[in-house]
Amino acid sequence: MKSRFCRRFCRNQGAVFGLLVLMLVALAAAVGPFVAQYDAWDMAGVPFQAPMAGHGMPLGTDTMGRDILSGLVAGGRVSLLIGVVSTVVSLLIGVGVGAVSGYFGGWIDATLMRFTELFQAIPSFALAIVLVAIFQPSVQSIVAAIAVVSWPPVARLVRSEFLTLRQRDFVAAAQLAGQSTPRIILTQILPNAASPIVVMASLMVATAILLESSLSFMGLGDPNQMTWGYMIGSARTVLRQAWWMAVFPGVAILLTVLALNLVGEGLNDGLNARADGSGK
Amino acid sequence: MKRLQYMSVRLLQGLAALLVIATANFLLVRAAPGDPVSIMAGEAGASDAQFVSQLRQQFGLDQPLPTQLANYIGHILRLDLGYSYRQQQPVTDLILDRLPATLLLTGTAFALSLALGITLGALASRNAGRWVDSAVTVVALVFYATPLYWLAMMAVLLFTVQLDLLPAFGLFTVGADLTGVDRVLDISRHLVLPAGTLGLFYMAVYARMTRASMLEVAQMDFVKTARAKGLAPGRIQSHHVLRNALLPVVTLAGIQAGGMIGGAVLTETVFAWPGIGRLMFDALLQRDYNLLLGCFLFTAAMAVLFNLITDLVYTLVDPRIDLG
Repeated sequence: MKSRFCRRFCRNQGAVFGLLVLMLVALAAAVGPFVAQYDAWDMAGVPFQAPMAGHGMPLGTDTMGRDILSGLVAGGRVSLLIGVVSTVVSLLIGVGVGAVSGYFGGWIDATLMRFTELFQAIPSFALAIVLVAIFQPSVQSIVAAIAVVSWPPVARLVRSEFLTLRQRDFVAAAQLAGQSTPRIILTQILPNAASPIVVMASLMVATAILLESSLSFMGLGDPNQMTWGYMIGSARTVLRQAWWMAVFPGVAILLTVLALNLVGEGLNDGLNARADGSGK
Repeated sequence: MKRLQYMSVRLLQGLAALLVIATANFLLVRAAPGDPVSIMAGEAGASDAQFVSQLRQQFGLDQPLPTQLANYIGHILRLDLGYSYRQQQPVTDLILDRLPATLLLTGTAFALSLALGITLGALASRNAGRWVDSAVTVVALVFYATPLYWLAMMAVLLFTVQLDLLPAFGLFTVGADLTGVDRVLDISRHLVLPAGTLGLFYMAVYARMTRASMLEVAQMDFVKTARAKGLAPGRIQSHHVLRNALLPVVTLAGIQAGGMIGGAVLTETVFAWPGIGRLMFDALLQRDYNLLLGCFLFTAAMAVLFNLITDLVYTLVDPRIDLG
């Protein structure tokens, strides 16, 4: 089973490339502080220093003389952290709502789905902006805002999985064996619905990183954390003088998000047997 | 008759959604940091206790919360979204002032992304497995992963700073006082970069979806029939496959049209485009929560409206839709 998954995953060259990039980003975030020796907020050199101008700052400095490379490394940690944590939180909400909705059906399902559709109707970026602005920017409020705007698709996916799985014989068997409802939901149905949830989760981390960077760009990042979006935002007004301030953080976001999307597709190929061998 | 009933049900659902959003908005206004009255008093330059309590009474803030909520909803129904003390204007006026610019930007970007996305997706599915397909897939993947605001800034770097081809800021050349055709041309030149960068992300979404949808339809029996009849492959692609594959793409596009206004916040910020998105950004900078939430309520209402229109158009276009 496991080797078959690996074979299918590796057949997707993009996914392997994505996995490599992702490992590099994670590595940079882990050992980066040893390579980039400056504090992301400290004035490390002359302001507006172009890349490759020597002085030990290969990617140059920003308007206040802060080292861009150190900022990239620090920003990578925050981006990955917020991406993963906010995805976990929205998975908790989405799986909870979707499981209850799909398992019990009837008016519970109807009510919960109306609620979900309502959230989907609101433009997510505008809602995220408002939530973070009202509750003041911090890692917690950003994670909460991203989770609040990204759980509805999870709920709908889990619900549709539960609706079909609920009719299967193994659920009836578990009911006859006297298992409690929470136990059936968590130990019988949920593991069988895991594959599409895992695929969706990897894509959600990518979206969350994009969303976080957009919020930071708008000046809604955690004021105590250096982030990629903040770096690009502060480059906006000096674009003509210092292109490197905007280019490098943007490339970092692009590569990370691209890698996550590719890995998501690879996971889909590997976990979803139905997609195997079809005319893709 | 059944269609009329369906439409009225959907209309009621849309209104209910707006009501819930308005209530949430009301609670968010209350959750905003700072007591609104003391802020107002501070802005007015006077803050003695009597003035504050007079303001409180004047704005009904001394009444119980449910009454306040009812008042708030009543105001919204009269299209009164409150007053922006920073800009010294009613929020509704400010938004309506900026609406044409935003509609111009999102409308152009929408049409552009749909046309380009469908063309590229059709091209890719027609050449499935060949280099054209790979190229389109790579382009779509990259644009899908690119932060919108960064793409916008890179476009400015290339087309304005390096090549000096296109203007990057504002809606028209300030001080040029152009009229007639010149004015239209000037505005369209200013429109290229914002609409282009906003459209490219959505183009990626539609290209991927068109490709997948066309490949799926191509497996269906009626396409086999067409092929067996000896129809030319090009005609099968355009008349049989593409037409049937477009439905889900257009639906998705309609749903995202509302979200595009949210995405326009970033584009408008980069290009200093005088639309609702830029208004939101300014409201953020000035901590003008009344204006911020007014803009949010308005964008949400637009999104609900677009969803509704999509649904209605969908039932008209595709008679197979179950109206139940």
